[in-house]
Amino acid sequence: MREKLNSIDHFEALQDRLVSEWDRDVPTIVIPAGTCGRAAGADELIHATQQEITSRKLDGRIRLRITGCHGLCEMEPCVLIEPEGTIYPKIDPTEMARIVEAVARGEVLEDLLSQDPETGARIQKQKDLPFLKKQVRTILGRNEMLDPMRIEDYVRSGGYSAMAKVLARGAPAAVVEDVKASGLRGRGGAGFPTGRKWELLAKQPSDGGKFLVCNADEGDPGAYMDRSVLEGNPHSIVEGMIIGAYGTGATEGVIYVRNEYPLAVEHADIALQQARELGLLGEHILGTDFCFDISLVRGAGAFVCGEETALIRSIEGKIGEPRQRPPFPVEKGIDNKPTAINNVETWANIPIIIAQGAQQFAEIGTANNSGTKVFSLVGKIRNTGLVEVPMGTTIREIVHDIGGGPAGNARIKAVQTGGPSGGCIPAEMFDLPIDYDSLVEAGSIMGSGGMIVMDEDTCMVDVARYFMNFLKDESCGKCFTCRKGTQRMYEILDDIAKGSGTLEQLDLLEELAHVVKDTAMCGLGQTAPNPVLSTLRYFRDEYVEHIRKRRCPAGVCKELITYSINENCVGCQACVRACPVGAVKGREKEQHSIDAEKCIKCGLCRNVCKFEAVDVT
Amino acid sequence: MTQRANGPDSRDIRPQQGVDTKDIREIVARRGDERGGLIAVLQDIQARYGYLPQEGLKEVAEGTGRSLVDVYGVATFYRSFSLTPRGKHLICVCLGTACHVRGAPRILEQFQRELGVGVGGTTPDGEFTLETVNCLGACALGPVVVVDGKYFSNVAMPGVKGILREARSGSTRLKEPAAQASAR
Repeated sequence: MREKLNSIDHFEALQDRLVSEWDRDVPTIVIPAGTCGRAAGADELIHATQQEITSRKLDGRIRLRITGCHGLCEMEPCVLIEPEGTIYPKIDPTEMARIVEAVARGEVLEDLLSQDPETGARIQKQKDLPFLKKQVRTILGRNEMLDPMRIEDYVRSGGYSAMAKVLARGAPAAVVEDVKASGLRGRGGAGFPTGRKWELLAKQPSDGGKFLVCNADEGDPGAYMDRSVLEGNPHSIVEGMIIGAYGTGATEGVIYVRNEYPLAVEHADIALQQARELGLLGEHILGTDFCFDISLVRGAGAFVCGEETALIRSIEGKIGEPRQRPPFPVEKGIDNKPTAINNVETWANIPIIIAQGAQQFAEIGTANNSGTKVFSLVGKIRNTGLVEVPMGTTIREIVHDIGGGPAGNARIKAVQTGGPSGGCIPAEMFDLPIDYDSLVEAGSIMGSGGMIVMDEDTCMVDVARYFMNFLKDESCGKCFTCRKGTQRMYEILDDIAKGSGTLEQLDLLEELAHVVKDTAMCGLGQTAPNPVLSTLRYFRDEYVEHIRKRRCPAGVCKELITYSINENCVGCQACVRACPVGAVKGREKEQHSIDAEKCIKCGLCRNVCKFEAVDVT
Repeated sequence: MTQRANGPDSRDIRPQQGVDTKDIREIVARRGDERGGLIAVLQDIQARYGYLPQEGLKEVAEGTGRSLVDVYGVATFYRSFSLTPRGKHLICVCLGTACHVRGAPRILEQFQRELGVGVGGTTPDGEFTLETVNCLGACALGPVVVVDGKYFSNVAMPGVKGILREARSGSTRLKEPAAQASAR
């Protein structure tokens, strides 16, 4: 149990003590163990490290720190050595013995370092990785400094100072002014100015209580920035919300988190408990008159609950159907009380704005788009991972300089931003600076920050069909045009992908898309046509090729492709054995052949072939 | 293509044995007044029984004072609730965008062929239930399949058989989170 802090002085004394007791020169092995790190094997690495440290009697001489995700997904499981900043990528647990010994002796293991893909030169320090060079990691950079399950780590690295500063200053209105001056816009997708939202909430009558919500229902497939922040640095969200409550007069907070993120739920829960123990949350925070507490609500797997009115219903324990706005949640939200909802990344920015000052924050990024934005760069890209860059960075810089270009031999042809509500931006437009406004102009949206790279082996009709299938499943069904419109759009896309579409259907699809966009009630329906409209705008020829020539240029749409075996075949029988329907025939050491009638186009033969002998046309 | 894990065809609601009403009442008493009350109650019941037994839902309706229709409404609206018992091993194929462009649909088809069940289905021997998820946020590892909590990364079609074999042998069950817990 932690001792409760009763005053701001008391808190500052604790922080000073934590800092002075910390010996920076003790070598520390840092192992990122977010959800994906663990999936890649971080747990085994942690276990091996503990054993090696104990068996060598190095306890106290080498520290081990288990952190959340650093966003270097392609390198996981990895090990970071402090204070030098040496990074070892993709480490096998059996290597830990050597690494622990090297750390104890202050040496570097050259052979385990990562290599520059161009020159082959070894890269020792994390900061020299090409992936990190153009990034500005104001938010993500803090993950490696702390164990998310220890509030002391957060406090030592400067955490809760912004909150203490605000409480000591004692002028709630100044908090709202700071956030307004920072120019921060909501990181959840639409980009509404956060300060203005708070100002509206502060003006609401406070008799029955007011709510603040952290929207951690990160539903966009291919986006996991919010998970990484909530898992890796949950106290930054808690601190942001406390500051927000002080500024707006909110009395109760809710963190609404996706059930698919069990580790984020666990870390957020622990963070709330620890903040309460220290007296940073609850009644009379740090001995002042200010009271505020936060509860945790788990979602149950409904994409539409990312929409704010649906999210409110879900927090109330009801079916997550959106409702008409106005009244906006800021007037009538949870239990009809005034409610302001902000996304995880928005909250994580608040302590930074208060700590460094609004002006300094506004200097990063561009005029109407201040600060940094975190993207999850995934798909057909060499360096998958979390990327944090100043607003206004171009897509080309992210995809090529940071992401390292294509993963395989195929050329990159587009990036998809904004999840199912967003659109595809073609490679010709990669000089587009990324900010809220230019992405909308290009037919997409910022969204929460998913960025999925697609190459020539990705079929744009299939991508549009994928999103429409997702949306028709996730449409809550309340309003007709969304429920039926997404279903009909999916059917047309399915027809086209199967080679039975017509050019008239293409016009119908476009018309339907505009109708749904104009008539749906909530954000899900209004943006649902975006994947269709943007692919039609930039990749219409792919649609036409599917219709006119019954051909899928990317070789993805099953009904339009055939598998055949070429002369590379050595007759090894691997595909004969693998074929689930017995469609591959051929004797040993003779070229095999595929019976097109029987073939179900599962692609298993191509997958097992070691000689590139299976063609798709 | 894919259907929801709790699609209409899996909503076969049969009376179930072995539901402890005292247990359910306790969950309602503990969770009912929290924010997100009913959802939290159902989550706890599902964590306890692996699905939402009909008897339990009736008890929830009585305990919370909400109509049974209301309770069923919530139980069927949210994707993570199941009204039918699941198999011994839960196979979850990620269909997030990153996994999709890296071939997840074919992995899913391969599981369907191997198991002979559709999405949301349970094999007749009660061994496996096949489900899909919209994104697990482990995109660098895609295509991702999670079996009983263990993550399989960069899954290729020929590997599906091996995953099922491993699941049958029981080695996919997560070990105690020993390393993480003992470190603090």
